[in-house]
Amino acid sequence: MKARKILEILDAKQVFVQDEDMLDKDYEYCFATDLMSDALALIKNHNESLVFITGLCNPQAFRTAMMLDVDFVVFVRDKHTDETLIEAAKDLGFNFFKSPKTMFDACVCLGNEGIKGLDIN
Amino acid sequence: MILTKEYNVKKNDFVNAGKVSVEVKRLLKETGISPSTIRRIGIACYEAEINMIIHSLGGDITFNVEDDGKVTLSFDDVGPGIPDIERALVEGFSTASMEAKEMGFGAGMGLPNIKRVSDEFSISSSSEGTHLLIGFVEQ
Ligand SMILES: Nc1ncnc2c1ncn2[C@@H]1O[C@H](COP(=O)(O)OP(=O)(O)O)[C@@H](O)[C@H]1O
Ligand SMILES: [Mg+2]
Repeated sequence: MKARKILEILDAKQVFVQDEDMLDKDYEYCFATDLMSDALALIKNHNESLVFITGLCNPQAFRTAMMLDVDFVVFVRDKHTDETLIEAAKDLGFNFFKSPKTMFDACVCLGNEGIKGLDIN
Repeated sequence: MILTKEYNVKKNDFVNAGKVSVEVKRLLKETGISPSTIRRIGIACYEAEINMIIHSLGGDITFNVEDDGKVTLSFDDVGPGIPDIERALVEGFSTASMEAKEMGFGAGMGLPNIKRVSDEFSISSSSEGTHLLIGFVEQ
């Protein structure tokens, strides 16, 4: 599914996009967590077409995503996004968005449209 | 040695947490090492760097890329040490502070993650400090 469509489903706003081409890239999987180590444990199932959803709105979320080579981050619950966050995203070349949905609702919406979870075992 | 770098990490420096790993990953991308190996290294480096920040009094990270492409990272802090390493290696075990947890750390998965993704893993600890050495080769 195109990033554009995912953003539409999530009712998400663009906060910072490094490269607009990314909006036409396809994403197939989603992973959602506030625990950075849980995300970092995903290595085995690495997937380039992954949307990372988190409520953890800080530069560490980007640094974590960078370690995983994930480039699509959505913050849920319309968290406040300040300059330091935007600076961190610029520096790391991230595309990030925010959605007013809760983490659960965001996941349900994407799941209903066919986005898949990762099999971590 | 193709590359050797040293970084200092400070206790509770949450703002900069992860910056060393970002830099290490950037440098690795210029070496021709494969993306999947770089991913393993980045993940381990990040977890170990965060551990130093949230659990130790601070210390140094040494990053080496050897001529044959082997990558080693050593994390040497100045205390307070890990009383029971075996227990610390259990998934979910964590003594992280509330502050660290609010930043998304402290899931107790760091050391197990590091061990799992690395090809060489050795850790020793006393009240004077913890020393973690990890190595990676192309797979
Ligand atoms: N550098 C360190 N200095 C002191 N204690 C450490 C260090 N690294 C890890 N530990 C101890 O080992 C535990 C497990 O570490 P880890 O698996 O990374 O989980 P977490 O960092 O989420 O607590 C920590 O909670 C802490 O008690
Ligand atoms: Mg840890």
